[in-house]
Amino acid sequence: MAVVLGFIVIVAAFAGWWLSRQHLTAKPWLEVGVIGEAADPTSPTTAKLGLGTFLVVASSLFALLISAYSMRMGMSDWRALPMPTVLWFSTGLLMLASIALHMAVIAARCDESGPLRSSLLAAGVCSLAFLCAQALAWRELAVSGYFTAANPASAFFYLLTAIHGAHVLGGLVALGRTSTRTFARPKDLAPTIPRELTLSVELCAIYWHFLLLVWLVLLALLMRWTDDIIEICRGLLT
Amino acid sequence: MVDVMHGVPESRPADESDDVELYHPHSWITKYVFSQDAKIIAIQYSTVALAIGLVALVLSWLMRLQLGFPGVFSFIDPDRYYQFITMHGMIMVVYLLTALFLGGFGNYLIPLMLGARDMVFPYVNMLSFWIYFLAVLVLLTGFFLPGGPTGAGWTLYPPQAILANTPGQQWGIVVMLVSLILFIIGFTMGGLNYVVTVLQGRAKGMTLMRMPLTIWGIFTATVMALLAFPALFVGAVMMLLDRLIGTSFFMPAIVAMGERLAHKGGSPILFQHLFWFFGHPEVYIVALPAFGIVSDLISTHARKNIFGYRMMVWALVAIGALSFVVWAHHMYVSGMHPAFGFFFATTTLIIAIPTAIKVYNWVLTLWQGDIHFTVPMLFALGFIVTFLNGGLTGLFLGNVVVDVPLSDTMFVVAHFHMVMGVAPILVIFGAIYHWYPKVTGRMLDDRLGKLHFWVTFLGAYLIFFPMHYIGLMGVPRRYHEIGAMSFVPPSAATLNEFITVVALIVGAAQLAFVFNLIWSLKQGRPAGGNPWRATTLEWQTPQTPPAHGNWGKTLPVVYRWAYDYSVPGAAEDFLPQNQPPDPRTA
Repeated sequence: MAVVLGFIVIVAAFAGWWLSRQHLTAKPWLEVGVIGEAADPTSPTTAKLGLGTFLVVASSLFALLISAYSMRMGMSDWRALPMPTVLWFSTGLLMLASIALHMAVIAARCDESGPLRSSLLAAGVCSLAFLCAQALAWRELAVSGYFTAANPASAFFYLLTAIHGAHVLGGLVALGRTSTRTFARPKDLAPTIPRELTLSVELCAIYWHFLLLVWLVLLALLMRWTDDIIEICRGLLT
Repeated sequence: MVDVMHGVPESRPADESDDVELYHPHSWITKYVFSQDAKIIAIQYSTVALAIGLVALVLSWLMRLQLGFPGVFSFIDPDRYYQFITMHGMIMVVYLLTALFLGGFGNYLIPLMLGARDMVFPYVNMLSFWIYFLAVLVLLTGFFLPGGPTGAGWTLYPPQAILANTPGQQWGIVVMLVSLILFIIGFTMGGLNYVVTVLQGRAKGMTLMRMPLTIWGIFTATVMALLAFPALFVGAVMMLLDRLIGTSFFMPAIVAMGERLAHKGGSPILFQHLFWFFGHPEVYIVALPAFGIVSDLISTHARKNIFGYRMMVWALVAIGALSFVVWAHHMYVSGMHPAFGFFFATTTLIIAIPTAIKVYNWVLTLWQGDIHFTVPMLFALGFIVTFLNGGLTGLFLGNVVVDVPLSDTMFVVAHFHMVMGVAPILVIFGAIYHWYPKVTGRMLDDRLGKLHFWVTFLGAYLIFFPMHYIGLMGVPRRYHEIGAMSFVPPSAATLNEFITVVALIVGAAQLAFVFNLIWSLKQGRPAGGNPWRATTLEWQTPQTPPAHGNWGKTLPVVYRWAYDYSVPGAAEDFLPQNQPPDPRTA
């Protein structure tokens, strides 16, 4: 559970930093009158905060999965899996999707409809291709005799990739809605991109960067590059 | 007092405050069924939670009948007994307490107490309730499936939870896990709303340190729940895979009924870590909203400002943070490195410090207060005593050497029922008596309320106080029938009979409460807008019950903290948060 404790420490440090800026030492019983300005619930900050909070929840989920994985790895009967090479390909695809969405944000902010459409399309195609590549990796493992119940390592491989893939699928629903709204706009009649649409594209981009980051961490874990770090964490606790 | 600013209009003009795109229902269905109004969602959450809570109450009756009169009720066989235990525990902790405090009170009070029109993501909020409702329905299907609901105990420990011959192994465990997964998805949707609304939806002048402690409690608990529930989610998904497709996350190589099972290599301890990483914060997810609510009840009904507001806020945050590093105190008997036992015992005992600060501050708030023994106040006082009792036995169990012999006895049952069963339920009752007038516009009947309080409060003590003694005698928990054990004197059986009779009476008293809820809807005394003469914003709405959008044309502006009771020189003994400062006294 060292990984999840580390995650909790990071969240606690952030929460402590945030709380330290909230005037928690104020003496409200002595202060009468209006203090500060109200936040605007309709501002883009609200949506970004909502997504940010969700990403913390999702991070907690992945931190727990990684914790469980590393605990299981520590047992003597752990046998590592041969990693399918297609994983490299899928990593590249997710990177491309993330870059495409970053370009979509730039296009939306610069009111460029054409590049926005092509970037969104590219992101969607790359993400779907990523899911297909993951499915190929599953198939490759299954063919080599490592299906879900074959051993703990294969069960964890399927679980981690499935939960990450489910998050990509959920993101694709949001990306699909954003793309539909983008493509439904007449290209020439409305040269400026509305604020709400730009916000949706930004939210998709943030989410995809998060998905990429999580995938890179999972890949490092599955490829056993992090074995030494996990060993050190385990040593700290024992 | 220091006046920060004067001459500010009482409320902002409509053109400044009404740019919120409020959802507007167009039909009866969208207004009352698939509603996106947090108040309706709150009522939906509360109704479903109380209804499922009544099911759990009946299950506890059945368990008590077996324990008090073993062998008399032949339909309560060992399998059914374990199914009743499991469903009772899970329903009470997750589907009643968590859902009611956060989904019920959270939805109703966060927008109203903060001066917002609604939650920031109303559609997601509506989905949250319907997924919760679906989770409850899925849970209930367990009663009708072949094999019945799971009887694995509310902790659902593997490998036993999915082994053949555990009741409900067929489908009960599957629907339980699916239901929990749904609950967590639904809760996450609601939780995002509660957190972001507190951060972004507060009215002008409502700083964090002016928020009522109820909101602080719900806010902190929600943040904790958002971090802790994923652990249960992970555990539930992994166990579901073990059960359905034969993986071995938690299932070790095992021989059951003379047969070697296909599972091998799983770690049951891993599940315990995941479960308690959720399970211990869960205690405080239930307790922190109760702490917050009880602070407001005491302050309002003692007509006195809360003692040590800042310390109360800091204590809430400290308890929330500490509760994430104590989980393994539930696993002392599973075996662990002695250094871990020392660490977790220490962190567990440290939680007593912020908790004790809160208890002292409640008592000091009452000190020389103008205490009104209203029904909400009675429940609040009952909570303080009960929580203190339950907390003190927690100090026993937090120590490894004391916990190990007591762990599997009725002492633990008595402890956790006092501290996270009876105590939060008393707050829930107090809060319902307190806010029912705002929700419905009518008061609950006072005499029935007092009868309900005294029977529940005294009854709970008559049930759980003797149970500590039974536990100290060594009577084990989780046993369908104790039978003849040399170290258990016959008086234990008599005491068990007594507890069962009282439990039946206390359960029946809850029907008086349900009757009161329904009867007062139409027949209750009209309450007016602010029957308790309280300061917080929800009592200052232009209409009671608050209309759609809560505040009419203009949003309130907050000028003071939430506890200006009995302020010297003030015309009334309370100053609402949205009352501007009087220039004459400045």
